[in-house]
Amino acid sequence: MTTSHAGLMIVFAFFVSVVFATLMRDEPHEQLRFGAQLFAAFVVGGIALGWILFFFPL
Amino acid sequence: MRATTADREQSATHTYLICLAAWAVPGAGHLLLGRLQKGLTFLIALTLMFVFGLWLQGRLFPIQISQPLVALAALADMGIGVPFFVARQAGAGAGRVIAWTYEYGNAFLIVAGLMNMLVVLDAFDVAQGRK
Repeated sequence: MTTSHAGLMIVFAFFVSVVFATLMRDEPHEQLRFGAQLFAAFVVGGIALGWILFFFPL
Repeated sequence: MRATTADREQSATHTYLICLAAWAVPGAGHLLLGRLQKGLTFLIALTLMFVFGLWLQGRLFPIQISQPLVALAALADMGIGVPFFVARQAGAGAGRVIAWTYEYGNAFLIVAGLMNMLVVLDAFDVAQGRK
């Protein structure tokens, strides 16, 4: 199984989204909707943050 | 009908046992409370996340009072319950600092433990009839 920084971030976002959506919503379709929104926010936010940091050299 | 002191004590004991089960095995609290879908989701997601953290060569931190951050990480790791102790006993979670996945593994292990603590709090609320 190959791993990459982006791949691990996506797996991490998936697990966290699943748990939070299950915790915070009771109906399965609401969980699915909220989980998908959370997952998208995590992934898009992570990529956006990565690009912002790109402009700040170490 | 007014609840007697004995009833209240029994109810409190029941709630704490649910919380203990929820901590020991992720999702067990919800399963015992009849929330099958939530319990199974927590069981699968949190256990997989923990195993993933071990696979990524993360470290199960020991409690070291002299190093407060390590002690806090150890407490977070222990949040997952029995899997933590099973992994420690099996010699897993030694952590390989030079592996590029080391920090990712730590993040998976720590966050799995912290989220299980949230699951315990949710089980407590359900047992108390608040949810």
